[in-house]
Amino acid sequence: MACAGSTERVSSPGDATGTLPEAFDPDRPWRLHHQVALRDESFGALAYHYGNRRLVFLRSRTLVELVEALETFDSASDALDAKTTAAQRPSYERALAGLAASEVIDAR
Amino acid sequence: MPAETRTRAKDSGLRDRLSHGLEAPICLTWELTYACNLACVHCLSSSGRRDPRELTSAEAMAVVDELVAMKVFYVNIGGGEPMLRPDFFDLIGYAVDHRVGVKFSTNGTRLDRSKAERLAAMDYLDVQISLDGATAEVNDGVRGSGSYAAARVAMDNLAAAGFGPFKISVVVTRHNVGQLDALAALADHYGAQLRVTRLRPSGRGADSWGDLHPSAAQQRFLYEWLRDRPSVLTGDSFFHLSALGEPLEGLNLCGAGRVVCLIDPVGDVYACPFVIHDDFLAGNVRDPGGFTTVWRESGLFSSLREPTSAGACASCGSYDACRGGCMAAKFFTGLPLDGPDPECVFGHGAEALAALPGSELPRPAPDHSAGRVPVRLVPRG
Repeated sequence: MACAGSTERVSSPGDATGTLPEAFDPDRPWRLHHQVALRDESFGALAYHYGNRRLVFLRSRTLVELVEALETFDSASDALDAKTTAAQRPSYERALAGLAASEVIDAR
Repeated sequence: MPAETRTRAKDSGLRDRLSHGLEAPICLTWELTYACNLACVHCLSSSGRRDPRELTSAEAMAVVDELVAMKVFYVNIGGGEPMLRPDFFDLIGYAVDHRVGVKFSTNGTRLDRSKAERLAAMDYLDVQISLDGATAEVNDGVRGSGSYAAARVAMDNLAAAGFGPFKISVVVTRHNVGQLDALAALADHYGAQLRVTRLRPSGRGADSWGDLHPSAAQQRFLYEWLRDRPSVLTGDSFFHLSALGEPLEGLNLCGAGRVVCLIDPVGDVYACPFVIHDDFLAGNVRDPGGFTTVWRESGLFSSLREPTSAGACASCGSYDACRGGCMAAKFFTGLPLDGPDPECVFGHGAEALAALPGSELPRPAPDHSAGRVPVRLVPRG
């Protein structure tokens, strides 16, 4: 019974899993969290975390490609260099930090 | 900006995109049975008697297969009382084994210690115990004699089984709105999460809404109470209150047929759980093409995904905050869908209700009430 998908909130990030999400360090290697599923949509993708039950909107195709590519790079910075322009880079880095805070991505 | 990862009403671009519909619902409500051993006066699905056309186990599992293929992340299972289905554990097990998360609502009457232990052993599962008052007097006035005690036993069983943070799910009424702090304390007592949702005039609620819905002053109190407690879950159901100021947490939009829908026990697909009526029937999962085709191609859902007119609300400066409120609440109170919600915080809905001609209101249908005498309502207070 949800008007718009009943986006769950936890009182603070990490509660559901009992661990705090790691601060985003772009020089480390990252990946899509193993408990997160992505579903492509016209605006980008929906991400759902089966652990903390959070729904997150990835609002561009580039961001989806960036997140999916993280696993194949030695660091998030390398992935950002490869997938974004210099003008785009700062906002995408902030986006990745946000995704780390909601545990959509985690350091590997 | 590439990535707004929070879900806020301020994000009108995202809300507009969602209003045009998605490849698949974000989640959906699936009422497994109309059978119920209670007869709550506000039951949104007029449940009581099992419908002989209920989906079989095999048909229900085929629906799950479709949800897997569509990448639906989770389903909200309800009823009726879903635990009355003999194949209840088979169905929820099949769903979570295929990574379709399950959140199910129960009155708790069948949730004994051994079932609590089975539930505690499952992943991707959330349990919501329905409770509509912090005291037996208030709760039982709506849900029936003995229902408060039964729900508390179910909570005790979940706690003893180590289930973890289950949810206590409250429909806010005129009589329990003053008990919200006590309900929050009860949730804390169990390490549970409190979830409060809006009463709609749907199902048997069509007959009890007038006596039960919160007053205008209570709504303002509720808005402030929710603003102060962002960890309380709401199912995004109080977005009509966002016209009072800063929007509440959530997407703040009517997702009917756009990002959510209902599959009822016989497989009928409605725009949302609160509009079980022919006007909002999009198809049936037994139709050729199944649920997927209903979701993607139904004429009803296509029309719901068209841009909507603000109608009588166009001149109101708060339309962008509340979007005219709840479609179901308007429909079953006889108000036009492109006008104010009956509980519009500025009183425009109350004015519109008062001006309605005394013509017949749309009746929720089908009605599976067991035909028992409804439980008494507590006196107005």
